[in-house]
Amino acid sequence: MSSHAPAHVAVGGRLMTRPFIALLAIAGVGAVMAAIRFLYGIGAVSNLSNGYPWGVWIAIDVVVGTAIGCGGYAVGILVYILNRGEYHPLVRPAVLTSLLGYGLAVIAVVIDLGRFWSLWKVPLYVWRWSHSPQLEVALCVAAYTLVLMIELSPALFEKLRTGTSTRLRRLAQRGLTLVEKNFVWILALGLLLPTMHQSTLGTMMLLPGPRMHPLWLTPWLPLLFVVNAILMGFAVVVLEATFSAVAFGRPRETVMLASLSRIVGWIAVGWSVFRVGEVALAGKLGYLNSGYGLAFMAEVLLPLAAAAILLSERRRQAMWQVRGAILLFVGAALHRVDTYLVAFRPGSAFSYFPAVPELLITFGIIAAEVAIYIAVVKTFPILEGPVPAKKTF
Amino acid sequence: MAIDRRSLIKSLAVGGTAVAAGVAPASAAVRKTAPPGAMGMLYDATLCIGCKTCVVACKQANDMPAESAANGGLWDAPTDLDSKTKNIIKLYHDGEQESFVKQQCMHCVDPGCASACMLHSLHKDEVTGVVMYDPTYCVGCRYCMMACPFNVPKFEFEKAAPKIVKCELCRQRIKDAAVMGPGGFTRYPKGQGPACCEVCPREAVIYGKRDELLAEAKRRIAAWPGKYYKDRVYGEFDGGGTQVLYLAHVPFDRIGLPDLGTEPVPETAYAVQEGIYYKIPFLAPVGLFAVLGAVIYRNRRADSVGAAEKEEKR
Repeated sequence: MSSHAPAHVAVGGRLMTRPFIALLAIAGVGAVMAAIRFLYGIGAVSNLSNGYPWGVWIAIDVVVGTAIGCGGYAVGILVYILNRGEYHPLVRPAVLTSLLGYGLAVIAVVIDLGRFWSLWKVPLYVWRWSHSPQLEVALCVAAYTLVLMIELSPALFEKLRTGTSTRLRRLAQRGLTLVEKNFVWILALGLLLPTMHQSTLGTMMLLPGPRMHPLWLTPWLPLLFVVNAILMGFAVVVLEATFSAVAFGRPRETVMLASLSRIVGWIAVGWSVFRVGEVALAGKLGYLNSGYGLAFMAEVLLPLAAAAILLSERRRQAMWQVRGAILLFVGAALHRVDTYLVAFRPGSAFSYFPAVPELLITFGIIAAEVAIYIAVVKTFPILEGPVPAKKTF
Repeated sequence: MAIDRRSLIKSLAVGGTAVAAGVAPASAAVRKTAPPGAMGMLYDATLCIGCKTCVVACKQANDMPAESAANGGLWDAPTDLDSKTKNIIKLYHDGEQESFVKQQCMHCVDPGCASACMLHSLHKDEVTGVVMYDPTYCVGCRYCMMACPFNVPKFEFEKAAPKIVKCELCRQRIKDAAVMGPGGFTRYPKGQGPACCEVCPREAVIYGKRDELLAEAKRRIAAWPGKYYKDRVYGEFDGGGTQVLYLAHVPFDRIGLPDLGTEPVPETAYAVQEGIYYKIPFLAPVGLFAVLGAVIYRNRRADSVGAAEKEEKR
């Protein structure tokens, strides 16, 4: 993916560790629930209703899930647009997390779609395309998942290049050269597509406008969503780097993450100030005195609390970096869940809380995500730096 | 390096301006109007006696199963619109004030559901303006249900191969052209019009062309001033206008007809989406792509030149 010398190495080690098997078990339970859903319908496993047609599968698995997948986007902007090459070691693991976030969001969509077998018509029936914001999200997410695969393919090629078969080695070398040659436009596409669909995820919730709580209904939703995606992307990069350090006994990237924290902190401040400013200027402060007000305050204050840590001297300590990233992650994810679930008010006749099997599918998807990450970094050259001696996972 | 950074900021600014330019003319959207042949219904809550004949007739005409869960399977008694019920009569009462209300698809002039639909699976008929459903292109995403301010499209959650269910003004019954009938309303031959309107014993709900029904509603308001809530027809302009019109003696928002203002429901979402992507077709994404590509290209070249210089110094 880059002109830098390939310093990526596979972590190696035994795959079937106890935590890994536990993750597979959770994913397996989710898969069983998904099978029941495909056999007996969405109503058999979920509390989705005619009042709440969208629940946690959309709000968490897809809307938060793709934002978890924005690590590659956020680091990509930093390294290739703002030209901060020093963050390059973060790129490849971030792209892997992105591919997993998007790939599993696509699986969640298939579980959620009532008539998923017609999905192939969406990219192909060009003459029937509408101007629905959701069409753009669907096409962009599909395209971006492909782009992420191409962006990550050098990891596969580098692995194959060390193989025994001469023909395979030559093929891998050709693949590497091809990606390298087309690097500029592949990467530009990899930054354009998330800008498009992450903002449009915000536009989407303008359509249910009359039934949305005013605190979350603003024509600025697209901007709020795309910056929110960048915040979530950075938070995930910090968490993912720390996880890799702890789980695989690798050297921590504390110094690099500390300088990254400053950038992230200021974006978080900017997002929260904009959010409050928009509500104040639109004269919606009166709505704060309610349960909805609490949800609003949480999604503004959590990023601010994160920024307070990330902009202070504490950001140089690994533990505080993680705390800041968690606060930021929760705050930013909350805005997404609020917009897609809490702010949507179909009337007092309806209520929604996810059913147990419905949640098990969501948990299964998250567990699968972590499990695949572990398996891939152990097998393929993703992380930079020397192979560690000690491993927990 | 200083020059590099300045030109970088400049190229980013150009990209930003391109995006902003796309957004700016968004407000000049053209208001949609009902097609000249738009068919609709007029429901007068002051005439309805709540006999629910229309509910039964709707089920027969649309071949819908009974909803008898609430009474142990004895008789068909739906409590709300759902995947087995496209039309329902509800009772509103608040002290002395009472009113029945009929609920079904409003056949909006600019429907939120159709705006949400990716492949026009839900779409408005060009002649009659009826909002129709074609499952062939439906992926079951349920965005239409999110987008409808009247909470009308329903989904077969209980089925492995589900569909969206909603009133389509009995379009499947039509075989012949509609002609001007008695009373000044455009009618289909008997058995081909909306079943609910054909069976109503009080003519509380009637069908015809939207303009004829609107004129009739205004005639009633003029004939009995003060009888109707705010002397107003709900649906003339509400939410950009609907093809099903309502008269009532109680506040509209109490009988499930929300205060939507006169803006079409999809207006804001469309202004943003059309503004960014379609006003000047795809200028914003293509422009942003070009800017991103240029910046990446320059940064990379600067990088490799810098690396080469370092090599030389060694």
